[in-house]
Amino acid sequence: MTFSVPSSLEAQLDELATHYPVKRSASLMFLHALQEHFGHITDEAIEWTARKLGLQPINVLELVTFYPMFRREKLGRTHVKVCRTLSCALAGSGELREHFCKKLGLDPHAHAPQTTPDGKFTVEFVECLADCGNAPVVLLNDDLLPKVSTAQADEIIAKGKGL
Amino acid sequence: MPEQHKLILKHADSPGYTPDIECYVRHGGYEALKKALGTAPRELPDGKKLSAQEVVREDVKASGLRGRGGAGFSAGLKWSFVDRRSGKPIYLICNADESEPGTFKDRQIIHKDPHQLVEGMIISCWANDVKLAYIYIRGEMPHGARLLEKALAEARAKNFLGKNILGTGYDLEIYVHRGAGAYICGEETGLIESLEGKRAYPRIKPPYFPAVLGLYMCPTIVNNVETLCHVKHIVTMGPAEYAKLGTPNNTGTRIVSLSGDVQKPGYFEIEVGKVTLGQLIFDANFGGGLKPGRSLKAIIPGGSSSKVLKAGEVFKLNRKGADGQMTKVDVPLLDLPYDFDSLQGAGTMSGSGAIIVMDDSRSMVDTLANLSEFYAHESCGQCTPCREGSLWMAKGLHRLAHGDGRKQDVEYLSHIAQNIQGRTICAFGEAAAWPVLSFVKKFKDEFVARGEADEAAKSAGPSRELKLAASPNPH
Repeated sequence: MTFSVPSSLEAQLDELATHYPVKRSASLMFLHALQEHFGHITDEAIEWTARKLGLQPINVLELVTFYPMFRREKLGRTHVKVCRTLSCALAGSGELREHFCKKLGLDPHAHAPQTTPDGKFTVEFVECLADCGNAPVVLLNDDLLPKVSTAQADEIIAKGKGL
Repeated sequence: MPEQHKLILKHADSPGYTPDIECYVRHGGYEALKKALGTAPRELPDGKKLSAQEVVREDVKASGLRGRGGAGFSAGLKWSFVDRRSGKPIYLICNADESEPGTFKDRQIIHKDPHQLVEGMIISCWANDVKLAYIYIRGEMPHGARLLEKALAEARAKNFLGKNILGTGYDLEIYVHRGAGAYICGEETGLIESLEGKRAYPRIKPPYFPAVLGLYMCPTIVNNVETLCHVKHIVTMGPAEYAKLGTPNNTGTRIVSLSGDVQKPGYFEIEVGKVTLGQLIFDANFGGGLKPGRSLKAIIPGGSSSKVLKAGEVFKLNRKGADGQMTKVDVPLLDLPYDFDSLQGAGTMSGSGAIIVMDDSRSMVDTLANLSEFYAHESCGQCTPCREGSLWMAKGLHRLAHGDGRKQDVEYLSHIAQNIQGRTICAFGEAAAWPVLSFVKKFKDEFVARGEADEAAKSAGPSRELKLAASPNPH
């Protein structure tokens, strides 16, 4: 597949670059937009961003490897981020993630993001999602879910399997 | 019974209150901006003349407002450090990278009342001659970012933002910038590097004080979401009236995030220092007490980076007596007023206003192991003591928490923590070291007992290998 950024997205990004007196500042916003569009950050996306912003590809690659939200691999359509940090852990987020992993046939002890072979789910632990009063919380794609029970986890899995 | 005092969250949770500009204006929104723009220049008794902007800056100083992000530094003083003679543009950045574990207050403002932040920002920008400002919001809040984009567009359409604001000739643009999952971006110089499109490696101070050499090496103000909202209320109420809220040197209100082992976790806005830690945890108006049959074990009082407090501790605090003399008074843990100075007096900090409560069912070893893993994951990797030390602490604690501890682990952990604090470019080093130092000091017996039990089990049988093998070290 050849890499091509749709002209509407390119126009949107060109406008975005005007928000900053120095174009390099737009790198993170470019990467967010490209990841949203393509699903993950490819070498081509890095080179394209570098070209657009007048940078070397290494300047963009070092961002992708530093910021945890950027992904080099394809992710599942249902992306489950379970909060690992203290308040959620006290409320059982460890058990919740284990439940997701076991139900989806993933390794409950692997820390890094794991994607199911059918490409439907990615499950990972993330650090504090800043909604500790509703622990345990899950960021499901873009949506933050409060007080997630294992029954809700099963619903998420059932829904995701149908997608 | 102490109650909440809702200033920032006055409308946020009211039924029917929506985040759009029409609703905000219906509730008196943007009146503070109009008032600020119409501020009259002031002549001081010594004949010195203050411009309208200087008047607002002085008012913020006089209000006693202290930063709500974590450090609790005077906002007015921070503004006064800005280099206004360099001829370079001055930037303002709203730090909306809320990610200190335990904290979820800025989230409420951003999602429920974004225009309050926008209005506070516009006033703050005008008062500081800022023409271009950014809201740096954490990447994990995509809906919040969209809400802020929409709020800014609405404010632009009504000419509260953009060119020639309300006919005053003042131009200002504000843009939303999204982070991408790195805690270190909450550190203001790390945030600035990130906004410049780089890895968020904090800068060394001196010389890189943002007020002088900030964004693009220009003078820059970085303020927390809640802090900027307070500016609006200082303008509305006037500094003297505002300073009546709270307690001396700890003025105004602040939003406290309460989580962990309480009946009613949540966020509560209080007058600073008018409510005690005990009331926040036990009163029906706040946390509503512990779970049935449980007793209090420990409190993390100001976000995970603050030093832990142990149930039953008594602190010696400075108090002004009736005769005006300062004396040392014994204050038990639960009677500590929740403010900046009392928590500091107790050897910890109120930080980002986040309280995490732990009851007697919790193991302090497991709790600290959880926190240390956070710091190991979030260290930016720039300074060796922090990059390596935070990992060593996390590994050591993982061992101890999973049946492979040693009784000398307490000394080992303290030794590493002491070699991190004070040896790093930014305060993350302290943030990683303080929980470890305070936990192993205050709960030493528990850590030693765990190590001893593991050593005894080691000679007795192979079960511990099985336990550890089932939970491999994530690092």
